[in-house]
Amino acid sequence: MSAGHSLQDVKEIGKRIRKKIIQQVTWAGCGHPGGSLSGTDILSTLYFRKMRFNAQDPQWADRDRFVLSKGHCTPLLYATLSEAGYFSDDLLTSFRKIDSKLQGHPEKDYLPGIEMSTGALGQGLAIGHGMALGLKLNNSPGRVFVMMGDGEIQEGMIWEAAMSAGHYKTDNLVGIIDANGQQIDGNVKDIMDVAPLADKWAAFGWHTQVIDGHDYEAIDAALDTAINVTGKPAIIICKTVKGKGVSFMEGVVKFHGTAPSVEQSEIALQEIEEKY
Amino acid sequence: MTEKKAMRDAYGEALIALGNSDADVVVLDADLSGSTRTAMFAKVFPNRFFNMGIAEQDMAGTAAGFSCVGKKPFMSSFAMFATGRAWEPIRNSICLPNLNVKVVCTHAGITVGEDGACHQALEDISIMRVIPHMSVYVPADYYEARALIIALNDKPGPVYVRLARAGSPVVFDENYQFNFAEYPVLQSGSDVSLFACGQMVPIAQKAAQTLQAAGISVDLININTIKPLHGDQILKSVIKTGAVVTAEEHSILGGMGSAVSELLAKNAPTPIEFVGTQDVFGESGDGDLLMVKYGLSEARIVEAAQKAIARKANRPS
Ligand SMILES: Cc1ncc(C[n+]2csc(CCOP(=O)(O)OP(=O)(O)O)c2C)c(N)n1
Repeated sequence: MSAGHSLQDVKEIGKRIRKKIIQQVTWAGCGHPGGSLSGTDILSTLYFRKMRFNAQDPQWADRDRFVLSKGHCTPLLYATLSEAGYFSDDLLTSFRKIDSKLQGHPEKDYLPGIEMSTGALGQGLAIGHGMALGLKLNNSPGRVFVMMGDGEIQEGMIWEAAMSAGHYKTDNLVGIIDANGQQIDGNVKDIMDVAPLADKWAAFGWHTQVIDGHDYEAIDAALDTAINVTGKPAIIICKTVKGKGVSFMEGVVKFHGTAPSVEQSEIALQEIEEKY
Repeated sequence: MTEKKAMRDAYGEALIALGNSDADVVVLDADLSGSTRTAMFAKVFPNRFFNMGIAEQDMAGTAAGFSCVGKKPFMSSFAMFATGRAWEPIRNSICLPNLNVKVVCTHAGITVGEDGACHQALEDISIMRVIPHMSVYVPADYYEARALIIALNDKPGPVYVRLARAGSPVVFDENYQFNFAEYPVLQSGSDVSLFACGQMVPIAQKAAQTLQAAGISVDLININTIKPLHGDQILKSVIKTGAVVTAEEHSILGGMGSAVSELLAKNAPTPIEFVGTQDVFGESGDGDLLMVKYGLSEARIVEAAQKAIARKANRPS
């Protein structure tokens, strides 16, 4: 069981996760640092304060599930799972290499703790909703958390799932949007605006919160609220900064899917060490 | 070493040429315009470029609508997402009404590399060629890709073009013209027909040399058009050689090899060996290493040719 760390611990874990993100993409020479860093504070709080799981018993039927719908953010997922004790840090060096368990996008059951294969955007919410409905049928107390990107929710499937979860009032489902405002081709508002986000989700029947996705206290409180909502699914729209924690990556679209050079990586690790 | 150039760069350049020559050309993308190179067109013709966001189905439907009012849409994404996510709108909104939409996708095949299985389209030829009205083209290099895109603009109807991400050895040159009636014969021979497409063409050229050195004469043809298949030309080659190898960076199920074998089964049953991925998903890793690991190699083509020829000898008379 991993929940129940102090917020101070979680911040320390978050710092290590940030470093592991930089290391993985640097070792691989490719991968997606930007959206991994924007989601770090959210995922650290979720895994180490809220989620019920047991890394020693990964198939425990009543565990909470996490689906990384924005599957390109594997550096964040793998760093988090390694911190959660699912596998050893050594594996991180093999990220994206041939014959590795750490595929470029998550592959279900390649490693314990990876609940679902994702990477083709837009599918995670429907998957998470299915898990949540199934857990209810099983009379399981398990809950499902799905992290999406604010670019990703341009996919129609997201809104189909938003509709069905609203319809079924699936209250063991919590959606999290890492709203960093950027996608591959530029700013979300310029490419295909998704605003007003809160109004849209509310109209689909979801309990809606908008928070600062880098404020650990706010994330912690919002997750509590979302988990306790009854009679409807809950969404947390987290305002974040892409590349958060590394000055030359923050808000820079290029670092969506580009690895830093070895020199940049040194600077990034140094910055994270000093800032957090 | 032969020069390497990327087919997707040819696509961007061809789009700009078409943008200049034809005011009806419009281009759509789904948040991958830098990768597919449609951004090159967007920069020159911002009013005729439409980024639909990460919404491939919407992109296909919108392209269909453009075509209905006389525009000439080119829509692009990675092969996986345009042909996969938007398959049904492509079938029902583009192909069924026989609309003039060019679906041009990059990042096809296993050479996508590190992104892994969910990004490696190994089924796209198959799922596109089964749709009525659809034509399917797989250029072998940068020059063929450029010539094809330019030529396609004057050919109405739904089309799928499959392009690769990585740079690959050039096969043709500046002066190459795309011929819609006939395949380029890269080498004439009499012992085995070697049919290759896409990035397998330069690899097949090497294999043909190796076979030649071992005294095996190869008829090497670049199958740049998978639908409509130029059946007469294929049959002529096969009747001459009596043995066939197909090589594609695609699953052996449903792709170019399947199209050839459908033709042969009906008209000239012949021993045939298929080089391609075997009903499996890919994985992350360096593209060149993956090509070898998944059997898309010169060695595998040579083996397949020897096997096909041996089967010819064993054929009951
Ligand atoms: C169906 C599909 N289309 C396109 C892509 C290519 N792609 C990968 S990441 C990405 C942008 C994602 O932006 P966002 O959801 O905002 O993620 P974040 O900024 O949090 O990284 C795109 C278009 C994909 N993986 N899947």
